[in-house]
Parts: sequence; structure tokens; C-alpha cells
Amino acid sequence: MAVVAAKPSEEPKSNTKTTGQTDTITLRISRSNPSEGQESTFAEFQVPVQKWTTVLEAILYVKQNFDHSVAVRYSCRQASCGSCGMKINGRPALACYTKVSELDSNVITVEPMNNFPIIRDLAVDFKQLISNHKKMKPFIIREDSEVTPDSKEFIQTPQDLEKFLQFSYCIKCGLCNSACPTMATDESFIGPQGLAQAYRYVADNRDKGKDERLKIIDDSHGIWRCHFAGSCSHVCPKGVDPAMAIQLLRGYMLGFRK
Amino acid sequence: MAERLSNREGIKGMANPTRYGIERFAYWIQRLTGLGLLAYLIGHIYETSTIVNGKIAWNQMLELTQTPQGHILLTLVIGMCVFHTANGIRVMLGHGGIGVGKPGQPEYPYKAASLNYKQRLCIWVSIALAALAMMYGASVLFGD
Ligand code: HEM
Ligand code: SF4
Ligand code: FES
Repeated sequence: MAVVAAKPSEEPKSNTKTTGQTDTITLRISRSNPSEGQESTFAEFQVPVQKWTTVLEAILYVKQNFDHSVAVRYSCRQASCGSCGMKINGRPALACYTKVSELDSNVITVEPMNNFPIIRDLAVDFKQLISNHKKMKPFIIREDSEVTPDSKEFIQTPQDLEKFLQFSYCIKCGLCNSACPTMATDESFIGPQGLAQAYRYVADNRDKGKDERLKIIDDSHGIWRCHFAGSCSHVCPKGVDPAMAIQLLRGYMLGFRK
Repeated sequence: MAERLSNREGIKGMANPTRYGIERFAYWIQRLTGLGLLAYLIGHIYETSTIVNGKIAWNQMLELTQTPQGHILLTLVIGMCVFHTANGIRVMLGHGGIGVGKPGQPEYPYKAASLNYKQRLCIWVSIALAALAMMYGASVLFGD
């Protein structure tokens, strides 16, 4: 007769953790330094976590206790600066905005975001994203200004504001570009981040630069490369919904919208 | 920065339909069915061009499709055709800014309005129509 030692159902489940309880997870960090020819390898660390521990905190724990040389970029720790984007268990996400407990796994793998050059370990190069963002002329274009004495305040109703507000929430974290299937194969594509910003200004009724911007994105590596796979909007942490912005923008170009 | 160091996902990443919801799956299968239909079109032109070699050649060619393998292939073509057309209409409307939601105040947890239930429903309806057409097609092809 077999003796049953302990019923598994009596074990506390990890998703019904009580306050303050500590668990240990395995954090696998991709280490690489491509400019020095060092290919990516995984370093594994055992990290104590609580219900509220974020992936960024787990990485910082590794830096403080095991290996200070892990390269990771972060600043605000509250999903506002857009620095800490990385691939967490295979999908792009902000490390500071992803709790270990919501990943439902005792093994967490962090890798640098795809479609960006790797600087070292988890830090990637944003040159292309920033230069594509600048190409969209991310500022109000018009002759007169609010500060010249004879021009009036540019009044906007709440309805006018709602037309572009969500797109102005972009923190340039690059998660969208990293999830985009076109970005995966086309190195010159403007990308969802830039195209969404083009729409943010086109939809702003103070702006007069619509024709200028539509000309810039009407390019063989511009808006027409979007296939509405929606992956950008799937990963965006700020509700920007770049896929919507791009389709609305294309609506102008195809003449469906005025 | 050399493109070699870019960590670009490449075709393998582009053609991975598993990570970003059903919309990405629809993108992937729209591509596959598009390429499948293109291959079928080329094969179809080749097949029907045998008519210029006379009635016997034409009949010989037709017999190739009168096999179980031929029937399975044609059933697949029916499915590809129906899905590609139905989902293609969804994508074309979406590309024109139709049915992709309205901009508004983003509220936590920031569900994207363009990934709305209408889009998902259209994808499922496209899949269901393709399945129904395949069942009907198979019953005709394999029947009697
Ligand atoms: C009425 C029927 C059809 C409709 C409504 C339709 C619609 C579409 C749409 C909207 C796309 C673009 C998808 C995207 O942006 O990702 C597309 C792609 C494509 N279609 Fe069709 N299509 C039809 C018939 C066909 C046929 C008969 C063929 C084959 C000869 C075909 C071959 C392709 C190919 C090769 C692609 C490219 C796939 C890609 O780049 O993702 N289509 N179709
Ligand atoms: S659109 Fe969203 S995912 Fe893309 S850079 Fe801006 S905040 Fe990040
Ligand atoms: S550290 Fe600022 S967004 Fe994560």
C-alpha cells in the first residue's frame, strides 16, 4: 500500500500568494557584446521575488548582489521614460511595468528587443527610432504662433483633443517596432512608432503640416508597408494603438477620410 | 551600425504567428493563402494550357485531379480562396480606416481599440466560412 505523504492541493499556489511571501525564480539574462564579437549567452541567477516585484527590480537585484556588469537601461521605473523595453519570455514589454507574478512562470528569460542593434546585454541602440521620429516633424507646423501679439490663443475643444491625445502618450519605448513583422525584415521601414506620431500631428487641428507629412510617409518604406497585423498595438504599454493611427492615416491617403 | 549587428528578427520572426494574438495569425495566414493561391493560379494556367495540345492531352491532365490527392488539393484551394477573400475584405476596409475604432482617452489597462471584437469576429467568420466551403467542396468532390 502506497503512503501519500502530502496532498499537492495543500501546497500554496503561486498565484494565490499572500502579502510579503517570498518566492525564488530563475532569471535568465541574455549577455552579449556584439561590437566586441561576443555572441549571446545566457547567465542564470536565482532571485527572490514577491508578489509586486517587477522584472526590472529582479534584474537590479542581480546587479546589486551577483554581477554588476549586466547592462540594462532604465530611469523612471514607472512606465514613463521608455528606457527599459526588452523581450521578456519572448515578448517585448517594459521591464518596470511587468510584474514577475503576472508571468506565471518560475523561469524568466530577458533578452534585448529585436529589430534594434544591441549595444550590450539588454541595452539596445535607439538611433533609428529617434531619427525616424524626427523625420515625422513631431511639432506643430504653422506660420503664426500663439505668442505673437496679434494672434489669438489656438482654442481646442475636448473633442479636438481626443482626436490625437492617445497618440501623444507615446514614450518612444520601441516595443511596437520590436513586435512589428515588417520591421523584422525591412531595415528602412519608418515603423509603427514614427507613423503613429505622423498621425498624432496630422490629427491635431492646430497643425497645418498634413500635406508635408503625408508626402514623407508616402514612400516605398513608409506607410504602405503596414499590413495591419496589429502586433504594435498588442504590445504598446501606453494605449497609443499605433495600428489604429496608421490605418486612419492611410484612410486620408486613400481618400476615405478628409 | 552594421545591419549585421541589428538583432533584426528576420523572416523567421515575421512568419511566427504565435505571439501577438489572432490579428497576427490572420496576417500570417493571409500571406500563406495569398502565396498558395498564386501557386495554384500558375499551376492552373499550366493545367488548362494543355488544351492547346488537343482533347486527349486535356483529358489526361484532368484525370490528375480526379484522384484523392487531387481532391484534397482542390479542397485546400477552396479553403484558401474563401479565407483570403473574406479576410482580404476586412484588411482592405481596415487599411482605409474603417472599423479600426475611434481615438479616445486611453484608460488602464489600455486595450487597443483597433484590436476590437469586430476585427476578431471577422477573422473567425472568415475561418468559419472557409471551413464550411471546404466541407461542402469535399462532399461534392468525394461524393458518389
Ligand atoms: C477577391 C479576392 C481577393 C481579395 C479580396 C484579396 C485581398 C488581398 C489583400 C487585402 C491583401 C493584402 C494583405 C496585406 O496587406 O497583408 C492580399 C495579399 C495577397 N494576395 Fe490577395 N486577394 C484576393 C485574391 C487573390 C488571388 C486570387 C491571389 C492569387 C493569385 C491572391 C494573392 C495574394 C498574394 C500573393 C498576396 C500577398 C500576401 C502578402 O503580402 O501578405 N489574392 N490579398
Ligand atoms: S507607440 Fe507605444 S509601443 Fe510604440 S514607442 Fe510609443 S509607447 Fe512605445
Ligand atoms: S524605467 Fe522608465 S519606462 Fe521602464
